[in-house]
Amino acid sequence: MAVLVTQVFNGLSGGSILLLAALGLALTFGQMGVINMAHGEFIMAGAYTAYVMQNVLGSAGLSLLVSLPIAFAVGGVLGVVLEATLLRRMYHRPLDTLLVTWGVSLVLQQLARDVFGTAGVDVPAPGWLSGPVEVLGFSFPRTRLFILLLAVAAFLALAAALRFTALGRRIRATVQNRPLAETSGISTRATDRLTFFIGSGLAGVAGVALTLMGSISPNLGTSYIVDAFLVVVVGGIGQIRGAVIAAFLLGVAQSWIEYSTTASIAKVLVFALIVAFLQVRPQGIFTVRTRSLA
Amino acid sequence: MTTTRSRRAIRAAALLAAGLVLSACGARVDAAGPAGAAAPASCVDTSGSEIKIGFLNSRSGTMAISENTVFDSLSLAAEQINATGGVLGKRLAVVAEDGASEPTIFAEKAQKLIRSDCVAAVFGGWTSSSRKAMLPVFESNDSLLFYPVQYEGLESSKNIFYTGATTNQQIIPALDYLKEQGVRSLFLVGSDYVFPQTANKIIKAYAAATGIEIKGEEYAPLGHTDFATIVAKVRDAGAGAVFNTLNGDSNVAFFKEYKNLGLTPATMPVISVSIAEEEVGGIGVDNIVGQPVAWNYYQTIDTPTNQQFVDAFTAKYGAGRVTSDPMEAAYTSLFLWKGMVEKAGSFDVAAVQAAAGGVSYDAPEGTVTVNGENHHIAKTALIGKIGADGLIHTEWSSGKPIEPDPYLKTYPWASGLAS
Amino acid sequence: MNKRWAVPAAFAVAAVLLFAVAPLALSPFRLDQLGRYLCFAIVAVGIGLAWGRGGMLTLGQGVFFGMGAYLMAMHLKLADAGPGGTPDFMALISSDGVPWWWEPFRSEVVTLLAILLLPAAVAAVLGLATFRRRVRGAYFAILSQALAAAFAILLIGNPTGTGGSTGLSGFRGFFGFALSDPANRLVLFFTAAGVLLLLLALARQLMVSRYGELLVACRDAEERVRFLGYDPANVKTVAFVVAAFTAGVAGALFVPIVGIVSPNDVGIVPSIGMLIGVAIGGRTTLFGPALGAIAVAWAGSTLSEQFPSGWTYAQGLLFMLVIAFLPGGLAALAWRRARPAAPAPSAQPVPAPSGGN
Repeated sequence: MAVLVTQVFNGLSGGSILLLAALGLALTFGQMGVINMAHGEFIMAGAYTAYVMQNVLGSAGLSLLVSLPIAFAVGGVLGVVLEATLLRRMYHRPLDTLLVTWGVSLVLQQLARDVFGTAGVDVPAPGWLSGPVEVLGFSFPRTRLFILLLAVAAFLALAAALRFTALGRRIRATVQNRPLAETSGISTRATDRLTFFIGSGLAGVAGVALTLMGSISPNLGTSYIVDAFLVVVVGGIGQIRGAVIAAFLLGVAQSWIEYSTTASIAKVLVFALIVAFLQVRPQGIFTVRTRSLA
Repeated sequence: MTTTRSRRAIRAAALLAAGLVLSACGARVDAAGPAGAAAPASCVDTSGSEIKIGFLNSRSGTMAISENTVFDSLSLAAEQINATGGVLGKRLAVVAEDGASEPTIFAEKAQKLIRSDCVAAVFGGWTSSSRKAMLPVFESNDSLLFYPVQYEGLESSKNIFYTGATTNQQIIPALDYLKEQGVRSLFLVGSDYVFPQTANKIIKAYAAATGIEIKGEEYAPLGHTDFATIVAKVRDAGAGAVFNTLNGDSNVAFFKEYKNLGLTPATMPVISVSIAEEEVGGIGVDNIVGQPVAWNYYQTIDTPTNQQFVDAFTAKYGAGRVTSDPMEAAYTSLFLWKGMVEKAGSFDVAAVQAAAGGVSYDAPEGTVTVNGENHHIAKTALIGKIGADGLIHTEWSSGKPIEPDPYLKTYPWASGLAS
Repeated sequence: MNKRWAVPAAFAVAAVLLFAVAPLALSPFRLDQLGRYLCFAIVAVGIGLAWGRGGMLTLGQGVFFGMGAYLMAMHLKLADAGPGGTPDFMALISSDGVPWWWEPFRSEVVTLLAILLLPAAVAAVLGLATFRRRVRGAYFAILSQALAAAFAILLIGNPTGTGGSTGLSGFRGFFGFALSDPANRLVLFFTAAGVLLLLLALARQLMVSRYGELLVACRDAEERVRFLGYDPANVKTVAFVVAAFTAGVAGALFVPIVGIVSPNDVGIVPSIGMLIGVAIGGRTTLFGPALGAIAVAWAGSTLSEQFPSGWTYAQGLLFMLVIAFLPGGLAALAWRRARPAAPAPSAQPVPAPSGGN
């Protein structure tokens, strides 16, 4: 019973980290078809933003909360710069965006090394997030609860924005039928740029959350990028809720297999499960139905 | 039309290739004997007022974090040696190469340093894979490598000098220390690669011989970032201590998780063998304060020699920099080479190898002596605790230098480990 | 130059350069280095076919490269150990002896057959499974990347079978010939050069054949190919298999030339690294990928000798600029200059959009 509760919690927590890392991708990759390998480096930029804010403000509790919106802006601006300079001319060849953004990620990583040094840095967790919470005899780390809440909040905010705001309607229209959206007077270029701002901004938020879990180093993004893409692929393109289900499924699968075998085997088995799943449902959990042939 | 033409050209090329392969008259393996028997003559130039040496460290890629620090201390040593007259009256001319964190590049650059730059000796390498990649290069060219990092043992090449600790100078003293502290059970956590696996094998044999219970053994893939499951297993097993052989960034995630689950050094200490002064900042002092580590050198060692080393290092690279065990071992390696060359009176590889045994140096870590048999060095083991200042303070010492024993031949309980 | 002579002439020039000029002009060390570049050039030939001509972004070529390399390394290790012997690294870390799945590779014939067939067979199974289910575009790219990650984790996690993170190294002989002898190293270089030319010829035959046209058709309009009665899955699988085959052969040559194979050579990063030369050289052309791969490997070694961190920037910028602004690679640039009036077809942006919207 104790194992069951702990492992389900660990799985959900792992899933929430995956979700935060993948939510922005679900937007930029899922909605726009851009394979942004530099998304991981936007996460890294968010983490370093938290580090810089910590040094500026000094107080751990305050700086964490202040860092969240600032990292959103930092990630978003990086994303818009990338979109405006390189990706804008590449919407008709999505596969090539993968390689271009890989180049961007190499440059950003080296930049982080040159600016912040190669050694990792630390952002101490605020006092109200350190140690565990005891619930019914089980102890849950406060940092993991915080990330779980943050991931759910980020998802709800994004889903609400897509559903109820004018911007959300424009984004959905552009995704479902770009020529028709353009004909109806939507500026798809402005929509693309805003979508990219939001998606990349979410990467920045993920970066702040990850400072609570692990190391802040120039390699931070590379640890998450492949898993994040797998979440989007399994979730299905064009649907944010697919990413949510996929993230929690993968998180729970990883933690259960890891508990009964080893972390290495769990990682390999989860990859194998994903390949098998895509044999059954090549378009992921959810798909947008269109009349398009491709 | 073009196809027939090109086909003809292809056929000609193929025939040419096949002919060359068949007409080759290279030596067979048995004729050449073991690797190195047919080493080409050395091209080291000893006529001028300078002698070339090579530094081979990863200056780019994932390992640059660690290896740049080694490069810095090697540079300091070369500068100090040149300031005091060089080696055999010759100034050291350093050729620095980047290993780029890839073993194949290490092998290639080692070849370049030996054959194209004609260096008298090479200093560097960090990961075991880089050392294993370079080993055949140094053996077949009969040249010298000085390797400065603690490693998993079970190796001794006449062309490599190992100035970091082997297992009986780090892992076994750490176990002796834990036993003295009354630890009766251990949980083993490591990264999934050769050093932790070998170390854990030794730990299990030691435990079996001394009645220590092994409560669990977990490995994480290199670069693993989510330690929730592993730390939950550690907590539930309730061992007396954790023996940690995790590598790199995984340590950060592990210690943050450890603290967040409410585990402390007082209830269950975690002894680490890969965390030095350089890594403490990245993990966060708060997350690791009070935890023990095992090495042979700490920046806080209170001797005049170490004080000079630390002062010279911070003067050259800035007051914010720390010195760590691999940096000290690299620094020492250059002086040991100088001692060997001066004892031999020559830069010749065979002469240096013959002179190596018994060469000793008053290093920042204390006096170290080269073992002429296995080319490791005798060093004192120190257990330290991480202080609130982010530095490591000596808790326990083996008292005297421990003779290196990379194959653990002098430990009866380890007889089954290495065949 | 007359067009029908261009390709044979290029082959002839390449043969003269590789078999006559290089051994005379280069020191043994530089020749070894060039031998390593040739291995990457061989991989590039296959990638050029699958990616440039077939539109499949293969981010997992490290897997097939690694299969070829590890198969060869296992054989060399066993041969060094002698009949019935246990390789040195294995004897050190385990007392269980040689695992059963190593035993077949004591035989030279089995090893060579496995190098030629195994990567191709795995690619055939994977290719049919994914392409039949119409997994393509970004999905295929990301899956092949996950495959590379999983393969590296497996290799690192099984040190008794694969040498773990240190990989396999310290080979003394190559099918009975001592690797330390310069004459044998020259033969190895010639073998790599010969294999490269042979595979280039094979790629050329595929490109100009009816199959080559079908492959390009699948890249540009997969549905139309289907409506015409062909099965795009089979067409694409063949290109994928050829790419895996060349990568496997390259890996097998890489091991005796470089003297080590480790998980560092097979994971995500080296797999993507194999693409950059192809993109720079011109992915749709015959010689472009191989020349690009050699140039990038050479630039990597030379630049990192002078400016270690500069190379990372240069690599990143190459990816960004070449792919964004010069999708046809340098070959397209040369082509455009030669015929300013009509833009060449190969200079067109390559893969047709095939996203899931």
